[in-house]
Amino acid sequence: MSNTLALAGAPPGVLPRTIARTWRKRSVMPGFGLTFGFTLAWLTLIVLIPLATIFLKAAGMGWHEFVAVGLSPRALAAYRLSFGTAAAAALVNAVFGLLVAWVLVRYSFPGKRVVSALVDLPFALPTAVAGIALTSLYAPNGWIGQFLEPMGIKVAFTSLGITIALVFIGLPFVVRSVEPVLADLGKDVEEAAATLGASRYQTFSRVILPAIGPALLTGFAMAFARGVGEYGSVIFISGNMPGKTEIAPLLIVTQLEQYAYAGATAIAVVMMLASFAVLLLINWIQAVNRRRMGA
Amino acid sequence: MNRRAVITATIALGLAAGPFLAGCTSKPTDPNAIVLTNVSYDPTRELYQAINPAFAAFWKQKTGKDVTFRMSHGGSGKQSRAIIDGLDADVATLGLAYDIDAIATKATLLPADWQKALPDNSSPYTSTIVFLVRKGNPKGIKDWGDLVKPGVQVITPNPKTSGGARWNFLAAWAYGKKAGGSDAAAEAYVTKLFANVPVLDSGARGSTTTFVERGIGDVLLAWENEAFLAEKELGKGQFELVAPSLSILAEPPVAVISANAKKHGTEEVADAYLRYLYTPEAQAAIAHNFYRPRDPKIAEQFKSQFPQIPMVTIDKDFGGWAKAQKTFFDDGGVFDRITTKK
Amino acid sequence: MKVRATSEDRLTQIVLIGLALTFLAFFLLLPLVAVFSEALGQGLGMFLEAVQTPDALAAIRLTLIIAAISVPLNVVFGIAASWAITKFQFPGKSLLITLIDLPFSVSPVVSGLIFVLLFGANGFVGPWLAEHDLKIIFAVPGIVLATVFITFPFVARELIPLMMEQGKDDEEAALSLGASGWQTFWHVTLPNIRWGLLYGVLLCNARAMGEFGAVSVVSGHIRGETNTMPLHVEILYNEYDFVGAFAVASLLALLALVTLVAKSVLEWRFDLHSGASH
Repeated sequence: MSNTLALAGAPPGVLPRTIARTWRKRSVMPGFGLTFGFTLAWLTLIVLIPLATIFLKAAGMGWHEFVAVGLSPRALAAYRLSFGTAAAAALVNAVFGLLVAWVLVRYSFPGKRVVSALVDLPFALPTAVAGIALTSLYAPNGWIGQFLEPMGIKVAFTSLGITIALVFIGLPFVVRSVEPVLADLGKDVEEAAATLGASRYQTFSRVILPAIGPALLTGFAMAFARGVGEYGSVIFISGNMPGKTEIAPLLIVTQLEQYAYAGATAIAVVMMLASFAVLLLINWIQAVNRRRMGA
Repeated sequence: MNRRAVITATIALGLAAGPFLAGCTSKPTDPNAIVLTNVSYDPTRELYQAINPAFAAFWKQKTGKDVTFRMSHGGSGKQSRAIIDGLDADVATLGLAYDIDAIATKATLLPADWQKALPDNSSPYTSTIVFLVRKGNPKGIKDWGDLVKPGVQVITPNPKTSGGARWNFLAAWAYGKKAGGSDAAAEAYVTKLFANVPVLDSGARGSTTTFVERGIGDVLLAWENEAFLAEKELGKGQFELVAPSLSILAEPPVAVISANAKKHGTEEVADAYLRYLYTPEAQAAIAHNFYRPRDPKIAEQFKSQFPQIPMVTIDKDFGGWAKAQKTFFDDGGVFDRITTKK
Repeated sequence: MKVRATSEDRLTQIVLIGLALTFLAFFLLLPLVAVFSEALGQGLGMFLEAVQTPDALAAIRLTLIIAAISVPLNVVFGIAASWAITKFQFPGKSLLITLIDLPFSVSPVVSGLIFVLLFGANGFVGPWLAEHDLKIIFAVPGIVLATVFITFPFVARELIPLMMEQGKDDEEAALSLGASGWQTFWHVTLPNIRWGLLYGVLLCNARAMGEFGAVSVVSGHIRGETNTMPLHVEILYNEYDFVGAFAVASLLALLALVTLVAKSVLEWRFDLHSGASH
């Protein structure tokens, strides 16, 4: 209560200090002003100001034009494809990423360090190379494609291919989000649970999963958000057929190719708002969860 | 004011300024050394690798000055946008006149009538669109009419993102119009044609890779020089070039970006460089790289290399690039119509 | 030493390991093998030749410079941000975290575009820059900016969940014993988060070196000057120089693998040393 009052009454000039003193709960911890101020300043300079340009540019076009470009049937089909494949890929990654993180943290097996190093490959490999490599694997004459083709499964140049590329791109997000938390999670809680008679499955679902839940959700959200915008790798493996395998970032490039910068920013704005909403929702769910768990 | 806030702001600004300062270390300039920036499209790397040293020698002999080149290659439209957005090109050597027109109209870095500055529409060489089929031509593809047969897969890049693909599309349109006698017939033809396209790569070279390396499709619509390259080097002995009954005259243009050249003091050498492209030596290099030379003598010399194809032109048959772009490729144009209707 | 009750039986372990490895083999190992087999398909000589051309060397140099500038910037930011977020309570925290995540959700195509809109010749501050003869776009600063933007969340994102999980009891204890803020950070927090931080740095570094889309928009593609390794890969690929393209690509992959294996070795040695005290 008193916090909000203090904020409303503060003159603009002293707001940062007021925030530091009253917004947060009193703490002996030092460095709030320094770190919080720096975080905001750097965030504004590198992310917010540059990003504001696309909103400014998009605002330059009229509302009608904005809707005509940003929400055209073709754009909607592209959003559906981009968001759908990104969600599917992020789900696959949430399941298998957790499994990989678990195996890496808890078990020992030969070659574990190499496997661990391999997980970050998608970050290091230029996305275009990943796209080319995946296409050459899954094309009808590729190493894997030649076996799938006779079974009637087409991967390259379909939405399945896009999903596979996005699984590749997003995997490290999940593994690397979960891994440190899992490693930090001592075995003592599990031992306690086991001593109290919990089965292994109960321990996992009641003790481990809630602890790594936030990290897993974060990994899922980041893999998803990254997948929605991905261009370099997808462009090779998707067929780019309008309305069928045309991803949203391709539409942005298409607009640029017509020198329509405003049109490009219109699509970019719609995509960004949607991804931002998803990220915000997930971060909010986590915050609520934390509060409920009393952490 | 809070001391800590001041420190914070200083650190943030200092860090943010770091990358900017890194770029300010410009190299010392030697008055006798000239640097020429040539911003070009994708397939011309070998061509300019042959021409640049020859021109440098020519210029050294003529003026005693050394020329070095900064080459930039990429998709034609993307390169044009980069110049508009400030890439300091002295000369632009792109895939279609529309892209240089855009530099003239959107950034006024060169006069609107730039195409009159040099001979032959400022295009020192031409090319055209041909077919590339697999060895032995298993589907018996001889002309445009064969491309719309059921079961034939056609590979072409996306005209929305690739300059080369626009030439493909217009060549197909010209055939459809000639065969059917009307725009409606032409539209029906290209609709059927694009129904046979399984993949639309974003660039011309992507399409060639799809066709050659991935083994997808029965016929590739390609620049003549690309088709030769694929036939003679990339997949030696696996492909055959087929010349259709009608195609389009592609004129990749060159221009001095006068505002930039003026700023760099390179107007004279930039102009001489582009004019050098019309000399017999450069024209021979052009022909060696499978482009059609303009010089009649060199053309005669390489006559057997290029098939004789009747060709339409963009200016006469389509009313120029600005109109063609708007009618066919901009949002809501013919291409959108034929690919979204089911 | 194994505690039976908190571990799966060996069979389950093997099944889970097998499942994870199969998944990784299909999605990570095979593409990697494809890259290396293309790169080495014509023999090692061709591979070495391809990575030693002047253009390739210039691209490697530029990539290393870009990473050397952008990674430290993001490390400083990441530590500051995660300290503020995990050690204090303030309203709008979810929003702040989401804003930090934002660059992940921005399409690489757009991340390049925003800097063109800002610094390009027709951009918001472009004309001013041109007047003062400052070059950002199509030069090194533009590439650094785009890279910092793309890799912005990596370190922070690695540290936030970790520091949240660890809480602030250790720091509070140190402070109550009379340590200063910096001492607490250096001697308590940093050792606690060092592996997470190292992960963050390595990921940030890998991504900074591998970024293609955004850099492609702001680079200008001038050979030997503003081409980074990923851009050079694309150019070689577009020139049908597949061996060269995959050679440079495999070099990038190799760089990442080497740093990561080095990290694992470090971790392992550290465990060995500290293991005695436990």
